[in-house]
Amino acid sequence: MGEFGIGQPVRRKEDVRLLTGGGEFTDDINLEAQVYAAFVRSPHANAKIVAIDALAARSMDGVIAVYTGQDLVDAGVGVLINDASYTNRNGKPMNKPVRQVMPVAQTRFVGEVLAMVIADTPAQARDAAEAVEIDYDVLPAIASTAHALDKGAPLVWPEFGENLIVHWEYGDKDDVEAKLAAAHTRVRVDLVNNRLIVSPMEPRCAAAEYDAAADSLTVYTPSQGGRRLQMMLARNLLKMAPEKVRIISRDTGGGFGIRSKMYPETVMVAFAARKLARPVKWRGDRSETFVSDYHGRDQINVAEMGLDANGRASVLKVETLLNVGAYLSENGVRLPMEGGGRIIPCMYDIPDFYFSVKPMFTNTICTDTYRGAGRPEANYIMERLMDAGARALGLSREEIRRRNFITESQMPYKTHLGFTLDSGDFDGTMQMALDAADWNGFEARRAESASRGKLRGIGLATFIEGAGSRPVEGMRMRFEENGDVTLFAGTYSHGQGHDTVYAQLVNEFLGVDFDKVNLIDGDTATSPETSNGTFGSRSSMVGGMGVKRASEAIVAKGRKIAAHLLQTDAERVVFENGIFRAQSSSVTLAEVAAASRDASKMPEGMALGLDETVVFENDVENFPNGAHVCELEIDPETGILEILNYIAVDDCGVVLNPFIVHGQVYGGVMQGVGQALTENVVYDASGQLLSASYMDYGMPRAAHMPMIEALFNIVPAKTNELGVKGAGEAGACGAPPAILSAVGDALSHIGVSHIDMPLTPERVWRAIQEASVKAA
Amino acid sequence: MHNFNYHRAADVADASGKLTSLDDPKVLAGGMTLLPTLKNRLAAPSDLIDLAGIADLKGISVEGNEVVVRAMTPHAVVAASAEVQKALPALAQLAGNIGDPAVRHRGTIGGSVANSDPAADYPAGCVGLDATIVTNKRKIAADDFFLGLFETALEAGEVITSVRFKIPERACYMKFRHPASGYAVVGVMVAKYGAKARVAVTGAGPCVFRVAEMEAALEKSFAPASVADIKVSPEQLMGDIHCSAEYRAHLITVYARRAVEAMV
Ligand SMILES: Cc1cc2nc3c(=O)[nH]c(=O)nc-3n(C[C@H](O)[C@H](O)[C@H](O)COP(=O)(O)OP(=O)(O)OC[C@H]3O[C@@H](n4cnc5c(N)ncnc54)[C@H](O)[C@@H]3O)c2cc1C
Repeated sequence: MGEFGIGQPVRRKEDVRLLTGGGEFTDDINLEAQVYAAFVRSPHANAKIVAIDALAARSMDGVIAVYTGQDLVDAGVGVLINDASYTNRNGKPMNKPVRQVMPVAQTRFVGEVLAMVIADTPAQARDAAEAVEIDYDVLPAIASTAHALDKGAPLVWPEFGENLIVHWEYGDKDDVEAKLAAAHTRVRVDLVNNRLIVSPMEPRCAAAEYDAAADSLTVYTPSQGGRRLQMMLARNLLKMAPEKVRIISRDTGGGFGIRSKMYPETVMVAFAARKLARPVKWRGDRSETFVSDYHGRDQINVAEMGLDANGRASVLKVETLLNVGAYLSENGVRLPMEGGGRIIPCMYDIPDFYFSVKPMFTNTICTDTYRGAGRPEANYIMERLMDAGARALGLSREEIRRRNFITESQMPYKTHLGFTLDSGDFDGTMQMALDAADWNGFEARRAESASRGKLRGIGLATFIEGAGSRPVEGMRMRFEENGDVTLFAGTYSHGQGHDTVYAQLVNEFLGVDFDKVNLIDGDTATSPETSNGTFGSRSSMVGGMGVKRASEAIVAKGRKIAAHLLQTDAERVVFENGIFRAQSSSVTLAEVAAASRDASKMPEGMALGLDETVVFENDVENFPNGAHVCELEIDPETGILEILNYIAVDDCGVVLNPFIVHGQVYGGVMQGVGQALTENVVYDASGQLLSASYMDYGMPRAAHMPMIEALFNIVPAKTNELGVKGAGEAGACGAPPAILSAVGDALSHIGVSHIDMPLTPERVWRAIQEASVKAA
Repeated sequence: MHNFNYHRAADVADASGKLTSLDDPKVLAGGMTLLPTLKNRLAAPSDLIDLAGIADLKGISVEGNEVVVRAMTPHAVVAASAEVQKALPALAQLAGNIGDPAVRHRGTIGGSVANSDPAADYPAGCVGLDATIVTNKRKIAADDFFLGLFETALEAGEVITSVRFKIPERACYMKFRHPASGYAVVGVMVAKYGAKARVAVTGAGPCVFRVAEMEAALEKSFAPASVADIKVSPEQLMGDIHCSAEYRAHLITVYARRAVEAMV
């Protein structure tokens, strides 16, 4: 292992470019003679569209066109698809509405795009958008997750007669309830998993250019990999051949799950560019990002667990309500089942399980994948249950976990909904966290805080994830004449540091200089045919293994060429550190690459070139896990909470670059801190978004960031040869339950039994007030 | 943003003249409030009159028993001023806790005071420290200046030139930052002038206000216990999705007591 190989804390090679303004985000791209789009958005959460009058707008200065939903219908543009398919136990399929790119007859959430204006300048487009007059017939709306399934609630889609999308179930409800009733101890938690605004730094953006002669379209947009967008745009929406549609994302300012989706505005920009045969550009502003980017989370969970006298849990019931918003987004509806469900009961061996999920429509923007995508919600449920169980039985929080962990001897371990866990040292990982946090010395610190009038608490959360989803991915490696190696990846680095990590892998496997490896991604014209993109912490495994497979194929080919050059047999040639050797003679990889371009130097019958395109395919994901400990202090008079210490121990398998993994941990923890402490989307009863700017939405600031000690307990994954497990989502899984556990610890001493996220000062203060009123 | 004409005023008279002669003009100071308003298309003035070039409007001095901060002085300068830190440390502390570093380097005292944002910090500083707001036309006592939600005694054509703070024996400003915006949910300035006391509260109500009952109690006995049980009724306060009126009322008492604790 060299200075730049696997496991080295190599500095990110992309950082100098990004930090010195060398990034090329979509808004940095300007196409010749481009015109600008602006959108007319619905001010109502639910309303019939009676008429759209664009006459005045069309006659304004610089206005080129105004399009409405009807124009799309007339032009034969397709609809936004969702391919989920769930059924109720009685056989009735899920309710699936048609989602038009811009609705013609009715709008169903505030911020929905209803018309598009194209003009010579952005200001003219905006002025004209304000002049588009829409006559609405306003209807009652419903935004609340808790009440959308109530009898008499306004219906988002009246044709279904209900807001419920499907009642999906797993397990035997009667049996589980009987076992819960018979259990020695039964605990229950009622939880709200708060809705979040995802807030990538870069607002949504699109620019599109149409080449009429070739009938081909190029769309620039932030993304998490363009292939799916290309397929959707070509096949479903604009009805073009996929090879005629190219998606380019140079740099993307944060993905977090929501940037992998196809949004109406992107379709519209592409549509207009084709229709007008002129480049069209749109950059959304922050306010548009708030109302029209997909939101995250938004579940209500009621969960019960039955335990024996020794604290062994044997039965679990989880009932989940999920707010998916006004439409079915691409993945929103799947998250409790396929995101979280497959991992429940998380790290614990609980044989009996009933799971009920009720996704619902409301008059809000859709929810969809957000850092962790269902797994943070699942872990949150299990960790709150374990803390409740510990309290009910008078066990310590670490002991109840220890008694219920799935052990290494039980692996491979099949979860109820179909994951097979291959590896993990859950007890050892937890112990590392407890030791690093001086868990046993806590009571002295609690007493010290109490002497200053403060309530101190310490919290523990363990968690597991499934990472590396859709484990199929292509990778292409090309040798340049100057000795450089270029990788063409279908994964797409939008902050993760693939330029660095893939270069480390090429350095490790082929001995090519770290600085001579270049990555090209984010372009459907150059990425391998099989490319899914970057999400769900998959790139280390699928991209990393792609580099490994390509390297292996290149070494195999290279040995034949080297044998020919060295006049020996391929079997006698060994490859090490970039050099092919046979006894005392040798030839470098660069020399072999050069020879491979020259037919006279190649063995007979061998095709020219050393380049390789491979497809890595796996049956299974990998299972990162960890244990976090959080210590904090509460000012009981104000409810203000301060995190004093944060320990994150992660088992993300073999660590390719600790520097980069630490970055992932810090970022994930910070997003978890945001969910736990400050972030919350609030709609009023009429469906207006009240938390529609950073003046009202509690985005965590640098000052909220605790000092984090990030440690590893490396247990190599058995599901891939690199031994890697995902690292991106761990922090967001661990932080909310660790913080809530600490607050529970600080406040249970004064009689607070329940509190929900986000832990705003007022919420904490009220919980303390109510407990002291009860105590009095 | 809508189009507007931009003018760089040569001096206060020039600014004032343009303010009265032009169609729908607005003064531009640090732009920290005005520019986002324009960008969000919530205002469309015909003309912006920039005060940034007027040297007379910058700087800090101590004159007799007053600290004088000229209108275009940014918050960061007030916070870092050795003179202010010495003569009136509570004011330096207040300025140093406004917003974030970028805002503190652009936002000015004149802009803040003219805006009368209910959640801004300076209004509590002005009223609590018995300040005089000086304009190109007159002098206005802070008590008479802040009239309501974004409403002040300023008249058309009037430009704030400086704010004169009366130096107290002691003073302390305590702020509870809004979980989202960082502005004051409750900001309490307590000041002691001989036998007199002032307690000014910003953030909690539609406009900065004094708490007469607390002032009277402190004038009897300047001690934390004097204010510890005095409650402001939530009925006159504001609430939002983060902090209810009831919670703000509670915080006023806590922060007033803590301010006094820090002073004795
Ligand atoms: C992110 C952010 C966070 C903030 N946090 C806080 C906070 O925590 N506490 C706080 O108190 N403030 C806060 N502010 C406000 C900031 O402190 C500025 O004080 C405020 O924006 C106004 O000052 P300005 O110089 O930017 O004025 P401008 O935005 O230029 O002007 C504001 C208004 O005052 C008028 N005006 C300006 N100068 C004069 C003058 N000399 N005479 C007459 N009228 C005038 C203008 O016409 C305009 O109507 C924050 C602002 C931002 C953007």
